[in-house]
Amino acid sequence: MISVSIEGVSKRFRLPDQRFNSLKERVMHFGKVPYHEFWALKDIDLEIQEGTTTGLLGRNGSGKSTLLKCIAGILQPTNGQIVVKGRLASMLELGSGFHPDLSGRDNVYLNASLLGFTKKDIDVRFDSIVEFAELSEFIDSQVKHYSSGMYARLGFAVAVNVDPDILLVDEVLAVGDEAFQNKCMDRIKQFQAEGRTIILVTHGTDQVRQVCDYAAVLSKGILVYKGDSLESIRSYRDILVNDANSEEAAHVAATSETTDDTADKTREDSEHPPLDLGNAKSSSALERFVEVTSVAFRNKMGEKINSIPSGESLSVEFGYNSKNINEDLFSVFSIYTVRGETVYQNYLRDELYSILTLGEKGIIKFDIEQLPLLDGTFKVSLGLYDSQNRCVFLRDSLDSFSVTNPTKNTGFVNIIVKPAVEIDN
Amino acid sequence: MVVRTSSTRDQIRVVSAKKGLKATVAEIYSRRELLVFMVKKELSTKYRNSTMGFAWSMLNPAFMLAVWYFVFSYVMRNGIPDFVVYLMGGLVAWNFFAVSLQSASSAVIENAGLVNKVSFPREILALAKVGQAMVFFVLQLIVLALTMLIIQFTPNFGQLYLLVPAMIDLIVFTSALCILASALNVFYRDIQHFLEVLLFGWFFGAPIVYSFTGNLVSGLSRYHVLIFYLSDPMAVIVMTFDRVLYGKANVINNGAIVHVLPNYSTDWFLAVLGVVFLGSMLLLIIAIKVFSKLEVNFAEEL
Repeated sequence: MISVSIEGVSKRFRLPDQRFNSLKERVMHFGKVPYHEFWALKDIDLEIQEGTTTGLLGRNGSGKSTLLKCIAGILQPTNGQIVVKGRLASMLELGSGFHPDLSGRDNVYLNASLLGFTKKDIDVRFDSIVEFAELSEFIDSQVKHYSSGMYARLGFAVAVNVDPDILLVDEVLAVGDEAFQNKCMDRIKQFQAEGRTIILVTHGTDQVRQVCDYAAVLSKGILVYKGDSLESIRSYRDILVNDANSEEAAHVAATSETTDDTADKTREDSEHPPLDLGNAKSSSALERFVEVTSVAFRNKMGEKINSIPSGESLSVEFGYNSKNINEDLFSVFSIYTVRGETVYQNYLRDELYSILTLGEKGIIKFDIEQLPLLDGTFKVSLGLYDSQNRCVFLRDSLDSFSVTNPTKNTGFVNIIVKPAVEIDN
Repeated sequence: MVVRTSSTRDQIRVVSAKKGLKATVAEIYSRRELLVFMVKKELSTKYRNSTMGFAWSMLNPAFMLAVWYFVFSYVMRNGIPDFVVYLMGGLVAWNFFAVSLQSASSAVIENAGLVNKVSFPREILALAKVGQAMVFFVLQLIVLALTMLIIQFTPNFGQLYLLVPAMIDLIVFTSALCILASALNVFYRDIQHFLEVLLFGWFFGAPIVYSFTGNLVSGLSRYHVLIFYLSDPMAVIVMTFDRVLYGKANVINNGAIVHVLPNYSTDWFLAVLGVVFLGSMLLLIIAIKVFSKLEVNFAEEL
């Protein structure tokens, strides 16, 4: 069943060039206030299945929060419509409906009522809300005396305890201390287990990897990707790389005019062409382009393998074509679990190990001695950055390998543990 | 532990710029409990941190009444006996209207935080101000009733039922203007200042501190503007309130007969109130439509 269906939604903002709020100013401009139009969302189509967790990824200003506000009903789309099935609670800003002069108790009722719940609903859940927020002592004091942490806790407690079918979350998980963040994450996982629908706005790819089943990537109001969450992270990274390049291209284009046919050709030939978002393309940006053509996993005999026993040596080889010849590049090599948790990632600015100098074509190789992983499937990713920290190449989940476990131990990592007993006399 | 209720799972909500009148009204009605909470919030925060607290909502009109009474009974005599009752009969209705409209004009703006972060029918913000004024209205009626008891004044119980259509008219008319003003004020902040001036003038358009008889009526008739005077819903509502609460059309004061209230029949009142009702309903529909249209851009303007 589809729980949120977004049908051809566009949202236009009219940004007045100046503020004309008084009648006099309007009259002076004959009722026409000078403004420029800005389309925050352009013809978005997206269906969100019941019981899934969907991430909305995008840079600042990509329209992801606008879309979330449209789903929540705070903003109304200029064109198109959104059909929401079921009760919806939004956590756009924790405790945004709180009135400082009211007590915690009154605010819980008011806030839950704002979210669309009846007094009877709230009566049933009041105790669990207070318990979750850990505020039973202070529930009858005015919330203006609360600390910001208490404020956020109460807001979160109301939003998650009012039994929503659909929960909208907008980067609120970044507030509060670590214990509270863990509590929020636990609650979100519990929600997933209960088969509720969650829509999460974020620009943290780790969060998408950890919690989302699906993701949609927005760029400048356009939906550029929807689908598998790991694929979407790749798409998002493409945007980051492409935007960084085009920003630089614009910078370079201002000083020199160059065209390069081969660069364009490389771009077309590449396996993952960066998304064309209508940005100015300049050859100088594409000269800084590296592509990975193959990924291979080899054991110590140099044989190509897909699975390797725990504790053996493993080489990961990336075949590449490069335009960044004889330039020092910093590499970031990472290993992830399939659920997206980082198992290993090297420090980018490690002068000893991470600097690579590439030729036109060849292999980048990472040797791992005595792989300490236990069973599971792991993904590798590679990032390359130039000395100014600009991203030259970045790709998640390039390929995966599996580890077979000859021991009976379980877990991620093989740790050599020696038990011992000392008996007191 | 979260208790799951399945009853609400089938509810379907459509977010779109095109929302019908029926859907809007249904949405407001379905959130009536929120309206109650909002009114409670308004009331409990209004007098928070003042020593006398809620007593102000009764003391304020009582003081105002005392001043009006002093002015018109001793300084500028208007010769209306039991003027305190006559005055207050009209004033309770007027205060309900004026307080609602004045506070509702800024209702959306002062709740900008909510409007930008939470989804609910925004008309409720304006209606909460009407609800708040309604509570004060009831308190002022109590003050009036106590005054009547003290000075042993008997209202016109026989025509008490006239208060029902008058109240309905008053609520519909006030709500319509409040909804309209709260939305327009987001775009033209002058509205709230303009309303202060307008309400001051309007106050004298209704027979509250003077009586609708004699010279006034003949003057209005001579220039054929009586119809304009009576097409002010507030004038009609105030006259009805006085008719019921004050009751006496002609009063003997110091041996002379004083005309205080017009001699219109109850049928006349019912008919005029009916017309006012139709006009107010039309205004309310227009107000909700205008509000729905303007609401789309609230988040950008605030």
